[in-house]
Amino acid sequence: MQESYKKYFFLFALPTVLAFLIAFVIPFFMGIYLSFTEFTTVIDARWVGFSNYIKAFSANNEFVNALWFTVKFTVVSVISINLLAFTLASILTSGIKATNIFRTVFFMPNLIGGIVLGYIWQIIINGFLYKMEATLTTDPRYGFWGLVLLMNWQLIGYMMIIYIAGIQSIPVELIDSACVDGATPLQVLRHVTIPVVMPSFTICLFLTLTNSFRLFDQNLALTAGAPSRKTAMLALDIYNTFYGKTNWEGVGQAKAVIFSILVAVIAAGQLFLTRSKEVEG
Amino acid sequence: MRKKNKVFGNIIFCVMCVLSVVYLAPIFIILMNSFKGKLYISNAPFELPNAKTFAGLVNYVEGLAKTNFLQSFGWSVFVTVSSVLVIVLCTSMTAWYITRVKTRTSEILYLSFAFSMIVPFQMVMFTMSKVANTLHLDSHPAGLIVIYLGFGAGLSVFTFCGFVKSIPLEIEEAAMMDGCKPVQTFFSIILPILRPTAITVAILNAMWIWNDYLLPNLVIGNKFKTIPIAIQYLKAGYGSIDMGAMMAMLVLAITPIIIFYLACQKYIIKGVVAGAVKG
Amino acid sequence: MKKLVALLLVMVMAISMAACGGTPAGGNGGKASGTEIYFLNFKPEIAEVYTKIAADYEAETGVKVNVVTAASGTYETTLKAEIAKAEPPTIFQINGPVGFQSWKDYCLDLSGTKLYGYLSDKSLAVSEGKGVYGIPYVVEGYGIIYNNAIMEKYFALSDKAVSINSASEIKNFATLKAVVEDMTAKKDQLGIQGVFASTSLNQGEQWRWQTHLANLPLYYEFKDNTAFDNTVLAGLDAKEITFKYGSNYRNIFDLYINNSITAKGLLGSKSVNDSMAEFALGQVAMVQNGNWAWSQIAGVEGNTVKAEDIKFMPIYTGVAGEENQGLCVGTENYFAINSKVSKEKQDASIAFLEWLFSSEKGKSYVTKDLGFIAPFTTFTDDEKPSDPLAKEVLAWMEKSGVTSVAWTFAAFPSEDFKNYFGDALLEYAQGGKSWEEVETVVKDSWKSEKAK
Repeated sequence: MQESYKKYFFLFALPTVLAFLIAFVIPFFMGIYLSFTEFTTVIDARWVGFSNYIKAFSANNEFVNALWFTVKFTVVSVISINLLAFTLASILTSGIKATNIFRTVFFMPNLIGGIVLGYIWQIIINGFLYKMEATLTTDPRYGFWGLVLLMNWQLIGYMMIIYIAGIQSIPVELIDSACVDGATPLQVLRHVTIPVVMPSFTICLFLTLTNSFRLFDQNLALTAGAPSRKTAMLALDIYNTFYGKTNWEGVGQAKAVIFSILVAVIAAGQLFLTRSKEVEG
Repeated sequence: MRKKNKVFGNIIFCVMCVLSVVYLAPIFIILMNSFKGKLYISNAPFELPNAKTFAGLVNYVEGLAKTNFLQSFGWSVFVTVSSVLVIVLCTSMTAWYITRVKTRTSEILYLSFAFSMIVPFQMVMFTMSKVANTLHLDSHPAGLIVIYLGFGAGLSVFTFCGFVKSIPLEIEEAAMMDGCKPVQTFFSIILPILRPTAITVAILNAMWIWNDYLLPNLVIGNKFKTIPIAIQYLKAGYGSIDMGAMMAMLVLAITPIIIFYLACQKYIIKGVVAGAVKG
Repeated sequence: MKKLVALLLVMVMAISMAACGGTPAGGNGGKASGTEIYFLNFKPEIAEVYTKIAADYEAETGVKVNVVTAASGTYETTLKAEIAKAEPPTIFQINGPVGFQSWKDYCLDLSGTKLYGYLSDKSLAVSEGKGVYGIPYVVEGYGIIYNNAIMEKYFALSDKAVSINSASEIKNFATLKAVVEDMTAKKDQLGIQGVFASTSLNQGEQWRWQTHLANLPLYYEFKDNTAFDNTVLAGLDAKEITFKYGSNYRNIFDLYINNSITAKGLLGSKSVNDSMAEFALGQVAMVQNGNWAWSQIAGVEGNTVKAEDIKFMPIYTGVAGEENQGLCVGTENYFAINSKVSKEKQDASIAFLEWLFSSEKGKSYVTKDLGFIAPFTTFTDDEKPSDPLAKEVLAWMEKSGVTSVAWTFAAFPSEDFKNYFGDALLEYAQGGKSWEEVETVVKDSWKSEKAK
């Protein structure tokens, strides 16, 4: 059968493969090459070795600041989103009324785009800070917590739904027999719910981690890095380096390569860690 | 056990109600402000419009004229719908092919698709827009379909592959016995079986493409503005921001999504869960 | 399923056809048989007027003009992206000698064109050797705009703290400061909420401070360099600056934010539109801006400021001899024609510009809709713009004994220099940075941006 399918490569796989080459493979390798060159229009690239990579860290500390900001943001939002989402999921599966309506409400913000979300929250946060005669730009901490809040609002519903699916897959008999054995609700949670929900946890962790780390639109709309680029995350910093400065495209590309490596390492490491936990559980 | 906790349950229920209201509040605040004069928004976003600050539909009229919103809406619908259709069709075929035909090429393709999922867009944004320009994909929004197919291929192929693996080979063998050509087999047998996955893939991609800002902005943003580009341009494009128009356009940007969501929420939620579990 | 797909396909086609039909700046360039020119516009606030002009021109001559407008603050990056494309702009803008240096390879020599012949003062053009590469098309001026009705109310007060009797007698910073601070003390009597409109420090709204106001201290600094007879050239030559007149900048900036309608902590959320509206509604007496702001003031609903009450005053900062200082007058807008496109397109582009600045219809657009003070001999005296601010700029230029301040910011090293300056000002206004730190940022970023 395989043989009879094989000759249909051009029909079945070629369109996707061609588009994939155009949109991803060629740009990806070109990007790696260009990160070692100085260029403004791709054609005039000149080999400069690792100097772009050195410049990314040494020319100013914007990249390093962005890196720390991103790391802090990711840690805080991953923890808060998953905690809150799991809590909501537990409540909504505990048999209260109108579960579907709550689920609908909490999931909705997830469908709104990052740019729109950013402006919505800018208005609201500035409105609160107005009474203190401050704005989002007054202190980088406001921008930080603003982003965390926004991210929670957007992603809690999404993660909650995944957790709900996980919790609902727990066989009722399992919980009942645990109760009969005299287990406290906490023990049920610890020994029954959590192990079964572990795959959902892996997925949620992966999604929140990569989404937070790669955040761009929300960052651009909410603070655009103000004040003085102290709230710019990695993606925004790379964008600024590319399109905000002339003759810095090589450095921007070098930053992008570092960024990609970081994302790949984090994603792989996280999957490895939680998958191994799942087996134990 | 549940009965004992009835009071507790009611308290939780009330808490959830309050939480839901808080959760929806931002959207209502934007809606409310879209009817206020543009000078009364940033100073007092939580005040209801009154005789002095009520501006009627002025913000909507001005915003629509300024951003050419209806056109942006058209482009967004066009790009999203056509890209999603093309992605679903092409990637399901590809996934089926590389799952069934076990060659070196298939393996490399599968791994590259999986790899492309985690590479951040910033890595390729500059070079990709250059390639798109060289191939004249930026002269019409339709060019974006190719880019989205290529960039969305990773997640979609991966999701389809997971499902194709679970389809028993016997069905296809039987079809082949009956004299079905592979093309026929795919369209009349495999595609119907893949339907739930196709819905998942369509929803995940639609959510991404509809809201995507940076990719279309870099490729076609100067000439054709999708909704996110139009909104961002309202902030930066006219020398100074018009808060009123901004509020009105935010409302118009959200409304179609909410309507769509309420109409098909069953599919959306199911699709998202299925996509997450497979991914 | 099949029906659904078919339905969706039909929908897509219908929408795409509708969308294609309604595109003003259609992307399928080159398909039409006639020549098509592509104008990359710098001024977003008048983008709509250009679209109208383009439609009119096409109706008259059959030449299609594609007008694309770059978002504010992104002209250089947009141009960089567009010019490398298959259908590049045929008419673009450079901001003066600095811009010319980066776009040299793309600038056509315009010395033989009629457009250059129309220029009333040939020295205004950007030239190198015998070639002319950039032609200015608008002269603009900025300063402190004030509402004379409020000023008259103040000077009529019996307990005012100054001895002068009209705003036109303010000739230096000391007097300005005395008047402004006394007005703040009496703001309830005057019926205003602050003397100055908000110092807009929101992202993308900072250009009045990091570009226009920053022009003054650097103009004086470069004027002290006697090796050059032109402050722009001196600035272009300066690898480093001492920011000698930084304290003068601080004088006026402090005056703005201390006597403002808005608390300092909130300036980061204010836009230029907000400030112009505050002025138009009579909530404040003064605002720093240029003659282009007239349309914004006139366009505010509930505008209480009468045209005859709108006046200009130079920006005084406490520099010795500033009694003779005028408004800041100049241009940062020069047309350049792309030298890399076909001869046919170049000629069509030049013809369009000549039409705009010499035909009756074109000129009427320039003076009435675009509101330009155009530096061309084709405009007679009664064809000058009639709005109050443009008239004030012309009057200040003709005043004897007064020297206009040149637009030295044409020599600023980069957009990023301005952005760093603006960010530092925001933090200073909010109390996050001391003035010394602001000065350090200005000096350091000049040096590092110049070094690239």
